[in-house]
Amino acid sequence: MKLRLTLALVGAMFGALAHAGDVMVAVAANFTAPMQKIAKAFEQDTGHKAQLAFGATGKLYAQIKNGAPFAVLLAANAETPARLEKEGLAVAGTRFTYATGRLALWSKQANLVDDKGEVLRSKSFEKLGIYKIAMADPKLAPYGVAAMEVIQHLGVQANVVPKLVQGESIGQTYQFVSTENAQLGFVALSQISIDGRITQGSAWVVPQSVHTAIKQDAVLLNAGKDNAAALALLKYLQADKAKTIIRQYGYAL
Amino acid sequence: MNLSAEDFQAIALTLQLASVTTVLLLLVATPVAWWLAHTRSAWRAPVASLVALPLVLPPTVLGFYLLIALGPNGPIGQFTQWAGWGTLAFSFWGLVLGSVVYSLPFAVQPLVNAFEAMGPRPMEVAATLRASQWDAFFTVAVPLAKPGFVMAAMLSFAHTVGEFGVVLMIGGNIPDTTRVVSTQIYGHVEAMEYSQAHGLAGVMLVFSFVVLLGLSWFNRRADQRKKVGA
Repeated sequence: MKLRLTLALVGAMFGALAHAGDVMVAVAANFTAPMQKIAKAFEQDTGHKAQLAFGATGKLYAQIKNGAPFAVLLAANAETPARLEKEGLAVAGTRFTYATGRLALWSKQANLVDDKGEVLRSKSFEKLGIYKIAMADPKLAPYGVAAMEVIQHLGVQANVVPKLVQGESIGQTYQFVSTENAQLGFVALSQISIDGRITQGSAWVVPQSVHTAIKQDAVLLNAGKDNAAALALLKYLQADKAKTIIRQYGYAL
Repeated sequence: MNLSAEDFQAIALTLQLASVTTVLLLLVATPVAWWLAHTRSAWRAPVASLVALPLVLPPTVLGFYLLIALGPNGPIGQFTQWAGWGTLAFSFWGLVLGSVVYSLPFAVQPLVNAFEAMGPRPMEVAATLRASQWDAFFTVAVPLAKPGFVMAAMLSFAHTVGEFGVVLMIGGNIPDTTRVVSTQIYGHVEAMEYSQAHGLAGVMLVFSFVVLLGLSWFNRRADQRKKVGA
């Protein structure tokens, strides 16, 4: 009798696990806020639950390569999902761009940055009180690559490069500028705006035409191949409701 | 192993940072340790705890506070600007300051132990022989506490070489100024350049092991001498 009850309970537990429809998602740190909102909506609309693990894309890659049980990766770039697919760790043909980052030149000080980025053409930054200019490390973050392209496009390397300091991620770059250790910096629009409005300081939203698109790609990983919740999430990310949230947070599509 | 020119640059900078930090730390830690070993003040416990804080605080907390303190509106930043040095974040001396704070307990603790083990006797005897306090400190206390100084120096040096979180937060990754071995390894790993990461990480592993091995040998020899002396 006791044994039967135990078996029934164990059976019920496994049943519950199978029905819950959990999906473990590795998410690039810069997409934390919108993804939390999307995950909530996803759970309400589909009954599936998305468990989110945030981290730098390079670290998430190392974890996935070493057996981390993630079903879906939302990367901060396009290279990492492509590489995982090439290495046979992701399901071929499931990659897509879920968000495109927008770059902004930002300062905590009002009126320091004009809406064309002319401040970068200054002959003497010191006179304006600018001693350091922050950007993300181009080796580690697509926002860094884009920032470097903007500097080259404007032809201001000679003056700007000696002032550069690099954050290891766009999050750290934001820290440098927001603590005013760097008076100017290339950050993500998503970090400094809500619903299209810059929340403090002054900024130039860099036109996308002057740098390579900052594509953030998603991919289905091998661990999620037969996971209905994972497939549902990938579909949900491309639907209107998620897209609205993504735009709200300062990303383009 | 394939170390690039940039890797060697990072190694050189790391050794420079650790050397400067170790010298400064011994200068700062000696009076603090002496006071801690001899005082009966009610402030002893709070000061000892303050000195030990970097042992338990995550480096990101230290780095975060330092970044704010060094900034133009932070207390250190206000002082350095007033002194005409600008702000220290993203500079070699900013890293030195961060490293001194971060490794302080590793310099202070061995010295406190050494000074306490010495007991009050040697200094009292020196005083009866009319040695001045300073004279007695340098000719009696320092030689007696030599193992403590060696241990403090080795630990400070090794701990600074292994520093990562603080540098990451206040460094800004500038080649030849703030890009040290640990942040360079981090960069290699993040950029998925695993073979280069392996090269530098291997160097770091061997270095750390050798330092600890050296320390153990040194301690054993010091112990044996003490026994023979007794």
